[in-house]
Amino acid sequence: MSDKKDITLTINDRDHNISVDPRWTLADVIRDHCGQTGTHLGCEHGICGACTVLVDDTPVRSCLMFGIQADGKKIRTVEGLAKGNEYHPLQKAFMENHALQCGYCTPGFLMLATGILEAQPDISDDDLNDVLSSNLCRCTGYANIIKAVRAARDEMKAAS
Amino acid sequence: MATATNRMLGHLGDSVERLEDPPLVTGKGRFVGDINFPDQLHMRIVRSDHAHGKIISIDTSAAEAVPGVVAVWTTEDIDDVPPIDFREGSDPTLALFRQYPLARELVRYVGDPVAAVFAEDPYTAEDAAELVVIEIEPLPVLINADDTPQDFKGQATTEAAIVEQGYGDIDTTFANAFKVVEIDVKVSRHTGVPMECRGAIGRYDEARDVLEMYGAAKVPHRNRDTLCRMLNRPASGVHLFEGHTGGGFGIRGELYPEDVLVCVAAMRLHRPVKWIEDRREHLMAANHSRQQRHIIRAAVAEDGEVVGLDDELYLDQGGYIRTHGTRVANMTTGTLPGPYRFPVYRSICHFRLTNKTPAATYRSPGRCESTFVRERLMDAVAVAMDMDPIAIRRRNLISLEEMPYGRALDVLGDSVEHDPGDYAGLLDQGLAQIGWDDLQKTLAERRANGEMVGAGISMFFEKSGLGPSDGAKIFVDNEGFIEVVTGGASIGQGFETAMAQIAAEDLGTDYRRIRVVHGQTNRIDYGVGAHASRATVLTGTAVSLTAQAVRAKALDMAAELLQTSAESLTITDGVVHSKDNPAGPSLTLGEIAEALIPTSKLRGDREPYLKGEEWFHIDHQTYPYGHHIAVVKVDPDTGGVEIEKYFIAYDIGRSINPMMIEGQLVGGLAQGVGGALFEEFTYSEAGDPQAVTFADYLMPTLQEIPNPEILLTEDFPSIRTPLGIKGAGEAGITGAAGAIASAIDNAIGIPGAVTETPVSPQRLKKILRKHGK
Repeated sequence: MSDKKDITLTINDRDHNISVDPRWTLADVIRDHCGQTGTHLGCEHGICGACTVLVDDTPVRSCLMFGIQADGKKIRTVEGLAKGNEYHPLQKAFMENHALQCGYCTPGFLMLATGILEAQPDISDDDLNDVLSSNLCRCTGYANIIKAVRAARDEMKAAS
Repeated sequence: MATATNRMLGHLGDSVERLEDPPLVTGKGRFVGDINFPDQLHMRIVRSDHAHGKIISIDTSAAEAVPGVVAVWTTEDIDDVPPIDFREGSDPTLALFRQYPLARELVRYVGDPVAAVFAEDPYTAEDAAELVVIEIEPLPVLINADDTPQDFKGQATTEAAIVEQGYGDIDTTFANAFKVVEIDVKVSRHTGVPMECRGAIGRYDEARDVLEMYGAAKVPHRNRDTLCRMLNRPASGVHLFEGHTGGGFGIRGELYPEDVLVCVAAMRLHRPVKWIEDRREHLMAANHSRQQRHIIRAAVAEDGEVVGLDDELYLDQGGYIRTHGTRVANMTTGTLPGPYRFPVYRSICHFRLTNKTPAATYRSPGRCESTFVRERLMDAVAVAMDMDPIAIRRRNLISLEEMPYGRALDVLGDSVEHDPGDYAGLLDQGLAQIGWDDLQKTLAERRANGEMVGAGISMFFEKSGLGPSDGAKIFVDNEGFIEVVTGGASIGQGFETAMAQIAAEDLGTDYRRIRVVHGQTNRIDYGVGAHASRATVLTGTAVSLTAQAVRAKALDMAAELLQTSAESLTITDGVVHSKDNPAGPSLTLGEIAEALIPTSKLRGDREPYLKGEEWFHIDHQTYPYGHHIAVVKVDPDTGGVEIEKYFIAYDIGRSINPMMIEGQLVGGLAQGVGGALFEEFTYSEAGDPQAVTFADYLMPTLQEIPNPEILLTEDFPSIRTPLGIKGAGEAGITGAAGAIASAIDNAIGIPGAVTETPVSPQRLKKILRKHGK
């Protein structure tokens, strides 16, 4: 089965030179071969969004992409959100608004929201709801996730 | 929250940020999938694709020939391993129906584990699993629990048990009733579906003869005990470790076939064995729940008093009886009367096996089902008596004067005795807050204008804090850092934060200086884990008692060192000082701890160390209570239901962290909405599961979930716990289906229309068509 190819994955500005099976999903490569386990797998069929990462700044379900397809692309995961000891506004807002309980879906929501707020800093509440409804959470009932992302949007806008 | 950061944080009642959050928002969590050991093998389960049949042969040769495959097991390879036993101890009457880790002779549901492949990497294991050939001779498939029971292994029928509870003379009561109202209602098969699938790693440390299992959750100590019993090992030689857990909801953390397999395989293959479930497996292999059909009737007096309740129900247990035994049947029959008086009562549960995934507990087990059934019945009684649905409920509520109210019912070995609470008083508060009367007028006007809008209510009582006992240990080190060791479990509910807040209260310290240990069976002998809303009530109270003991010891030592009396001292921010003169001589908790080390000459005849261990024993569970109100709009074209407004009233007794309690209520509600409107495991006639992906098993997104208004009261602290606390984990889900069903009836103007959950668009369209709407 093995016909490995050498690729370079750039995850959070760090290059990982690895040899991958073409059939390995990006999520598995990030987790098992680059050691970045903050990206979680919830369904492996593209519905729950827990594995969302940014590929060239666009939110992508890393269970639906092969690792080899990300060769040379810029990948951002939850591990890269904080700058040193400084939390990203979304991370802060999630903690302040109790937008997580078990925390399993959280990295996916954080990366989805990061992608969308960077692309559309002025996004309306309604449009934000549309985007965020593409990910599943089983603990919070979503109300606090909405609150947190809106708070982060407002803070990021004020800071820019 | 942010405003409070400059003071000593985190005492009882503070909505402080959670200790759990920093690693979880930075990707530093340690979920079982994130844990790896050198030289580990990966296990893949080969599952039955027949719902019922005799195993004729299993050919593993092709799988074994795949490079990287180390072993392929069938039940013959582990014929010395017994079936998985019950969590609360062996039960000979149910023993026959238990599940072996790998199917023996028969398969009983699609998803039943038949073989296990162990390979060097998960991709290889999955490839090889495809090559295992299983020959099955099909047997008749039983899909419905209310069909005639079948033979079970030639030794019994699939009616594994009849669970009956009740009191009073049913026959006379019904013979003399002014009116008898009967309904026939169903709750569908659905379940918890945490976002993290299950996982387990078995590791055998041969040097110390210690078997370890990672990925434990919910009840690590109970599972350790069951594993010890099954594998004939001492408790000192089996350790279970809970890491981060991606949601529990009752289904995660029970002892499943895969957990036993990784442990046995680690010992026999002499390598760590890791198993991570995929979602398709999860939806056909992890515990299902809820499926019941009730035929229930009420005997009603002329004034609307329900003088008798008579219920017969069919519980669909699925292929085997797992760790819970008949607990869901017991809780259903034990809690069905809810907050009402019902002087005469009987419930007979036909606890039956079918050829579907085994069922067990899911958040609010037994209460979710019985509350839906009872509240549907109360609505039906209101219609039959031509009374207002609120009035009929008021007429039957247990009053404050009657509390504590005992009943001859059993819930998990505890005789039901309602804590004092004012059910009618909270109803008044709730109706006033939501403006019930005005709401009725507005909705009537909108209906007159052609809209299908309506409101409904569901009342309930919950149970929490099942005993009998739990303990905790606290240790203060020489730097003043505090470790609280519990046998509790963290499944995402904020356990660490709650325990730290409770300990901080008596230790006079910031809750962030406290490290809370949970789910590690090698750190404490005993633990109740986290289930049935008991962690905060039981473990929390044990932590509080322990913290008080440690405080007393600290003050006693400090009093001698400061040449004063213990009574004159207090603790603020980890510093012991005089109550009257805070700026006077003082000692830190660390300095006091140092004075208490074994070699200290200052210690006197005190026991070494600044530490304590105390137990809490509870006689009865606590019974918190509340109600849900839903306002819905039905789209007659699509059959879709939009929840316009939602309201939850709940008496918590006393809050530890109101933010986390509201989080529990809102999160529970989301699952309740899922069960009421969307989620269902359906099966074909042949027993094929039809919901094994998230495209078929529909969980609500944020578009479907209302942001509820919450009235959280502390009017009646529990008399059963010194802190007055009652559980919070399940109240958000318990009332949901009843309130939503009632609101849909009201919206479409057809009383009693909803008899089955989920009220999917298809079901609702069918109802509307039938009534020409």
